[in-house]
Amino acid sequence: MRVALFLTCVNDTLFPGTGKAVVSLLRRLGCEVDFPAAQTCCGQMHLNTGYPQEGVRLARHFTEVFAGYEAVVVPSGSCAAMIREQYPKLVKPGSKGAAAVGRVVPRVHELTEFLLDVLKVEDVGAYFPHRVTYHPTCHSLRGLHLGDRPVRLLGRVRGLELVQLPGAEECCGFGGTFAMKNAAVSAAMGADKARNVLGTGAEVLCAADNSCLMHIGGTLARQKTGVRVMHIAEILAATEAGG
Amino acid sequence: MSATFLGMPGSFPNNAEKAVQNSQLRYNLRKATHTIRGRRASVVGELPDWQELRAAGKAIKDETLRHLDRYLLQLEEAVTDAGGHVHWARDAAEANRIVTDLVKATGETEVVKVKSMATQEIGLNEALAEHGIAAYETDLAELIVQLGDDFPSHILVPAIHRNRAEIREIFLDRMGDAPEGLTDEPAALTEAARLHLRERFLRSKVAISGANFMVAETGTLVVLESEGNGRMCLSLPETLISVVGIEKLVPSWRDLEVFLQLLPRSSTGERMNPYTSTWTGSAEGQEFHLVLLDNGRTGVLADEVGRQALRCIRCSACLNVCPVYERAGGHAYGSVYPGPIGAILTPQLRGMGSDLDASLPYASSLCGACFEACPVAIDIPEVLVHLRAEAPHGAAERAGMRLAGWVFGDRARLAGVQRLASRLRKLVPKRLPGPLSAWTDTRDLPDIPEEPFRDWWEREERHGRP
Ligand code: SF4
Repeated sequence: MRVALFLTCVNDTLFPGTGKAVVSLLRRLGCEVDFPAAQTCCGQMHLNTGYPQEGVRLARHFTEVFAGYEAVVVPSGSCAAMIREQYPKLVKPGSKGAAAVGRVVPRVHELTEFLLDVLKVEDVGAYFPHRVTYHPTCHSLRGLHLGDRPVRLLGRVRGLELVQLPGAEECCGFGGTFAMKNAAVSAAMGADKARNVLGTGAEVLCAADNSCLMHIGGTLARQKTGVRVMHIAEILAATEAGG
Repeated sequence: MSATFLGMPGSFPNNAEKAVQNSQLRYNLRKATHTIRGRRASVVGELPDWQELRAAGKAIKDETLRHLDRYLLQLEEAVTDAGGHVHWARDAAEANRIVTDLVKATGETEVVKVKSMATQEIGLNEALAEHGIAAYETDLAELIVQLGDDFPSHILVPAIHRNRAEIREIFLDRMGDAPEGLTDEPAALTEAARLHLRERFLRSKVAISGANFMVAETGTLVVLESEGNGRMCLSLPETLISVVGIEKLVPSWRDLEVFLQLLPRSSTGERMNPYTSTWTGSAEGQEFHLVLLDNGRTGVLADEVGRQALRCIRCSACLNVCPVYERAGGHAYGSVYPGPIGAILTPQLRGMGSDLDASLPYASSLCGACFEACPVAIDIPEVLVHLRAEAPHGAAERAGMRLAGWVFGDRARLAGVQRLASRLRKLVPKRLPGPLSAWTDTRDLPDIPEEPFRDWWEREERHGRP
């Protein structure tokens, strides 16, 4: 199966390792992966911060770039939710834009959705001998309704010990520009999340969104906790042979 | 909307920054919100048709709002037919004037009050005080807030920011008839308040209330409360004045069936509300006045996205699940409506002219917990984002966002910035300067990679891998 990877601007710029992991994972599962180089950003930051003009322009760009693909995989619950849940609200019903959005939106899948719902694999052949806890990010939980998909995938990873995160469903406090505009509350939320992570005794915190992990991970690193954060793709890509 | 009950005057981020450092407040808020949250979750979870009820609540309110003009006139007629008097108030000043005149006409200088958000919204107590009329709150938590010269910080638990030791001190200090040797045992505190209030109920000739619902068909008003003080206020005095927002209508008596399930379960986490009072027009020996309050509501109604905020039944479920409210507390919102509902309602009622009101739509991480909990399915994140587009933005932010938009507008520009960042990666300081320090004050930055993904991919492709 041929799939297009929409990596997201954050991953492309700051977390190329996640992109490489998605590529190697999808290839291992028999997919042909394409990275349309014209891709940039889904527009979430602009749309959610009160700049719909710029946001809509970026949304249109996304729709054009990914128009010809039969499946688009997004390793970010938040960006996938933006595209799937918000794009349809940006266009006038019956317009040309609505038709374009209507075509592309159903083909957009968050990574764990793609693995379970499209490829229908639960055991991706991964090996990761570590104690791991999972944080369901808000947009993957309440926007996309990913449910237990990530946990099901993690549950089949050999060597991996999955521990439950207390208060898992509470927001970590990232919230995009919220982290800057309301830094004090954001930090307070991050501190509580970090405390819960530490309580699990996990070595690794994983999630389906690197932006939230950047915030929690930044907090954990500042506190010198030694807990690593990893995108779920990087765990699922890891094998016994290495890589 | 009047500027009273400002709570804290600064912008939300400034207010919240002070609040998060208050360990007592953090502890109280966490404990209280998590307790109510848990109770709500269990009584909501036991109803298999909760989502259907929620959809029905939303539909009934939407239908009412769509034909609000008609239902309001129907209500006026029904109340008048039942011997009540209906007054229309365009704004806070008009409502305060009407109520003041009504009280003055009775010759009384004291009134008792049942907890009412609408009268707090218009600053009625202060307006009455200016005319020498003392208004006494009778809801226990409101009494604590009033005696302490304080502001409410939660819709349902206005004194959520106080603990019992503080309450004991307030009582001893400000409640003339507080018994000597009063302890901070909840039972002792309640008993002291009960005796204090009982005497007031028996003496007062005028009462002021709000209402949770008004039934257009019958002209009936409905008040839900937990302490019995409402029942006393509504039935004992000779004159009853109710100030109610025009959006509190439901078309028919049958519609209450839905809301009397939704409200208690969402607010107190009870299956059934303890004291539900209903009355229609003037009862024997009592004169009844209804003041219908607009105060910005028709403006909200005109906004296609924002109008859903008028469905709100003030249950406070959104506050109790909100991670931002839990840390910032109610006062940071600078309005009688705190938490997520306040963040969408206050800027719509008051406009976004002040720093505080302009910062409210940003007082959220958009985590969506409020929407999920709301019994009338108000998509609070959607309204927040909608209001953000209308909020005034600072020049520096505008320039930054425009620049970012330009960079993202084209892959070559984005790649240019990415490569520049990679080249300068070793030079990025651990602590960023200026507004960017908002990130690095509490969080490390991620390491900037040697190259962006797209460069790696290009090499991969050139070497014929895919
Ligand atoms: S917005 Fe919804 S959850 Fe919040 S107080 Fe109103 S009805 Fe309750």
